Amino acid sequence: MEATRIPEPSEPRHAIRIVGIWAGLTVICVPLVIFVLGPHIPPGHASQQSSDQHQINVVLTTLATPIVLMVWVYFGYAITVFRQAGETIVDGPPIDGNARIQLTWLSVTSAIVLGLAVYGTIDLFSASAAGAGGGQGPNPLAKPANVGSALEVQVIGQQWLWTFRYPGYGGVETATLALPVNREIAIHVTSLDVAHSFWAYELGVKADAIPGSDNVVYVKPEQIRSFQVRCAELCGLWHGHMNTTGRVLSQPDFGSWIAQQEQQYAAVTKQLPPYSHVYYPSPLRRAP
Amino acid sequence: MSTSAGVPPATPQDLELEQPSTGRQLLGFNILWGIVGGAAGYALGHWLGTRIGNHIHAQMATDQDDIANLLGLLLATVGWLIGLGFFNYPVGRMLGRPATLREREEHGPWRYFRLCTDHKVVAIQYFVAVLFFFFVGGLNAMFIRGELTSSNATFIQPGNYLTLVGLHGTMMLMMMSAGVLGPLGNYLVPLMIGARRMAFPRVEALTLWLTVLAGFILLSAILMGGFATGWTGYAPLADQARGGMDAYIVSFALIGISLALVGLNIIATVMTLRAPGMVWNRLPIFVWGLVTTSILAVLAAPVLLAALFMTALDRTVDTSFFVSSGGGSPFLWDNLFWFFGHPEVYILALPGFGIVLEILPVFARKPLWGYRVAVSGMFGVALLSFMVWQHHLFVSGINANLRPFYMFTTELISIPTGIIFLIAMGTLWRARIRYTVPMLFSLAFFFNFLIGGVSGVYLSDVPSDVTTHGSFFVMAHFHYTIMGGLVFALMAGIYYWLPKMTGFKLNETLGKVHFWMMFVFFNLTFFPLFIVGLRGMPRRVTAYDPSLHGLNVFVSISAFCLGASMLVLLANLVWSLILKREQAGANPWHSKSLEWQLPSPVPVYNFERIPVINAAPYGYGLPDAPPVADFVGPRVPVGEGGTT
Amino acid sequence: MTRRLAGIAIALAVLIGLVILYSSEFLTNAPAAVPASVQGGTAHLTLQTVPTYGHAPEPDWVSYLVQDPSGHWHHSTIFKLPAHSLVTVTLYQYDTSSGLRNPFLAQVRGTVDGTATLNGKPFSTASSDEASHTFTVPDLGLSVPLSGISSSAKNPCSAAPCPLSNDHNTITFSFRTPGPGTYRWQCFVPCAAAFIFGNGGPMQTIGWMSGELVVS
Repeated sequence: MEATRIPEPSEPRHAIRIVGIWAGLTVICVPLVIFVLGPHIPPGHASQQSSDQHQINVVLTTLATPIVLMVWVYFGYAITVFRQAGETIVDGPPIDGNARIQLTWLSVTSAIVLGLAVYGTIDLFSASAAGAGGGQGPNPLAKPANVGSALEVQVIGQQWLWTFRYPGYGGVETATLALPVNREIAIHVTSLDVAHSFWAYELGVKADAIPGSDNVVYVKPEQIRSFQVRCAELCGLWHGHMNTTGRVLSQPDFGSWIAQQEQQYAAVTKQLPPYSHVYYPSPLRRAP
Repeated sequence: MSTSAGVPPATPQDLELEQPSTGRQLLGFNILWGIVGGAAGYALGHWLGTRIGNHIHAQMATDQDDIANLLGLLLATVGWLIGLGFFNYPVGRMLGRPATLREREEHGPWRYFRLCTDHKVVAIQYFVAVLFFFFVGGLNAMFIRGELTSSNATFIQPGNYLTLVGLHGTMMLMMMSAGVLGPLGNYLVPLMIGARRMAFPRVEALTLWLTVLAGFILLSAILMGGFATGWTGYAPLADQARGGMDAYIVSFALIGISLALVGLNIIATVMTLRAPGMVWNRLPIFVWGLVTTSILAVLAAPVLLAALFMTALDRTVDTSFFVSSGGGSPFLWDNLFWFFGHPEVYILALPGFGIVLEILPVFARKPLWGYRVAVSGMFGVALLSFMVWQHHLFVSGINANLRPFYMFTTELISIPTGIIFLIAMGTLWRARIRYTVPMLFSLAFFFNFLIGGVSGVYLSDVPSDVTTHGSFFVMAHFHYTIMGGLVFALMAGIYYWLPKMTGFKLNETLGKVHFWMMFVFFNLTFFPLFIVGLRGMPRRVTAYDPSLHGLNVFVSISAFCLGASMLVLLANLVWSLILKREQAGANPWHSKSLEWQLPSPVPVYNFERIPVINAAPYGYGLPDAPPVADFVGPRVPVGEGGTT
Repeated sequence: MTRRLAGIAIALAVLIGLVILYSSEFLTNAPAAVPASVQGGTAHLTLQTVPTYGHAPEPDWVSYLVQDPSGHWHHSTIFKLPAHSLVTVTLYQYDTSSGLRNPFLAQVRGTVDGTATLNGKPFSTASSDEASHTFTVPDLGLSVPLSGISSSAKNPCSAAPCPLSNDHNTITFSFRTPGPGTYRWQCFVPCAAAFIFGNGGPMQTIGWMSGELVVS
């Protein structure tokens, strides 16, 4: 049954009230979200990728605010105003649908969703985001502009330790991660046993380490600072302890650090397998 | 005593049959013999598995005979079913005995402890089982939060902590998948469509007893060394895990079978056993919710079974389905599991939608606003749920072309979900709301699911997902949608329908205390976890950054209070159903729905006269609306034992 | 009515009993922490690694064992050490080689002079293929590879605790403990026989190939 009734004069204009309350709250909350909450929304600005994620998170929160407010204001109003007045159970008006409202709602929600999808896709493939810090597999599509001069670093996950190899420096393997600032870095993440996930929190980098798979993720650190490296995929007993602290160094500092690492690990570098994007250590099982 | 056609039974008491003595009850096929059969089956299977395993060197050297574990648990299942009497009818038919529709029905308390084909008995059995395992899972959650009060020290041994996490997650997901389909679906679907039974009563009982067994097999993982993979069972960690992984495999497989059969049963029942006049657009929205859920269950559960079987093979006979060095790939598990896993979470969510949309009109005293749109929304959710699963794998190294596509489909699924909100908002427009306990839970559902749904939009957006994947943000998201959504809806359903199922009123004051405690402490527990996740705490860890210590302690204390609110529910159930036992009457909520036109509890034959349906059960606000059904059909004779 | 109350009380008692059993026997079940012997500000930790434990519950598993100050061997991997102290570790290695999955761990790291001794001879890098186990504390940057005995050794040990008369290698090293805290340690050689990747079973069970340093 269509509800095209004009509200009776004695009945308050509920719709106007609801929209009014919602509009007022939106005008107050949206600037609060953008300017007060916004700067504190993770993951921060330590790299180009984390800045990109930060921007998206702020946009999503700003968009979510009026939507959440609308639902809250409507439900709050309905719960407070549309109550049963006394003890007697009284029926409400027999309104069972309104095609215009349904169509409007569907159109608006579809538009928002499509807009978000387009925005997210454009951002994902933009040269500045270059994949927004997420692992793209062995054939990444979203690459930074100067990908050819990127520093290649390999992150190896194993139960339960992260090690790092620098193919451009003799294939040296280190137990700590250091990266040069303001330089494009191509991180190749792989695993020697089970699935792990390399999560450099402040840098906004997350890429699963899957055995037999090369997961490429691009990052360009922009601040000289330390960052937390954690494992974000359950990998067994010490999953929660597979933590280390990485550092972003100035380019000269990085140069001296990597030279020192090469010297320190010169003996064992000879025993390492040749640098490869994927390793299949054997045997698969130790003989009993 | 049987009645001939045309002579109705005067009162239900006429159907009382002579009760066999307790001794004969004990000797018949029942749960006790099920346990005996299960134990015998396990012993046989374990012995057989050891004989086989002794020829496989790897099985011997690991001191962990997975073949024995798996065969033991599988034969335990067979023995359990034999002891309960599930093979009686098939074997009888093979021996030439005539076909009967249902077992001989008896009244009395013993029927709750055996194979009973009365759908209402199966529903109550399900209710007890689901509630028991829900509390077990919840208890594990309390231990998890206890462990997380310290950022470094552990009082739970780190290896066992992972088993604890896996038990909590797997138990909850296994049991809550059938959490509405089992107790409420089995009870109400025949009543709501005007039928006297489900399409396959024996299969229905089978799904219940498989669920009960699955829960205990999962718990037995403790005795087999635990399992370290969490509920997602990621390979190749699962291939490497200890013996408890075999318990996980078998229990989850049994639940998968059970889910598929429940779905099949509900679809067949709704398609074939509707009363005259019950056309599709008069079907209650709750039934539509369960029909869409059942479609998902039937299509998704078998994929899980296949994946679990592959894990079992990897663990026992050295196949390499999920091992790259042997030519397989961990991505195979990821995709198979999540192809099931994503529809699975909609198997959890859709019944919740069905419950709250069913309850809202009753306590708003208005028709359901946009019935057809609501049904389309449910079908939209069901269809889209099969097209989004790779959003769990955005950073796993999947083909980069796929990420925008799955971002799009995942964001798309918020449209039909939003329709559910629109329907609720429309139903509440100018309503006359009564704040009973079921209504409070239904309204809280929308509050919680909004937060859960909005956080899902963050996770669907790939750049934002890089911030939050694998962290406590995801944890908070799915607890808001599953616990804040489904469990709150289940509570609404329990408070609403238990008076119909048992005939007893639930205490209103205790119910309100339960609601307010649960609602407040649920939000205090899970909202801070969004912040914890955004600040970098991964899932399934015992150690975390000391700066998050304060938040974690706050969350843990709130979680303990949330657990206490569940004890209030338990107290209410014990008080109202066992001790006080105040009669509820046929229609305490003044609902127009068909099941409320029957006495409480519903007699074994459901409808004395088969109803003729006049309208959908949402005729509020129309003073001259016809009753939902006229009971003018002939008094269909009830057969021996009170059944047809 | 009293019968119902009694039934409820009994059910409650049984359930609480089960919960207590679950918590004490399973959740918090961990090997006992064994203190190192402390003499004059230096702690001495004596460990052994055995190829097969030889007793229930897992006779075929490799394992670490630790000696308490009175000389008795314990099947535990939780060691109590004093904070900010020098710790000297003597380790008797009775197992054959499995080889490292990642040869990086063949280098000694984090000891006081960057070396360890193998049967008296100092070394800073072992052969990756000859590694039988490692003693690694990732949070302290400490890692020492433990070379295996020859696979054709005449007198191997088969059940813990192993006596010095069986074939073994003796590895010693020293490191300094930091401030108080709990630091996890583990073996990095995939030495769990017949488990996939060699990392199952004992490698992921505390009390066998992994444990904690409780520094206080």
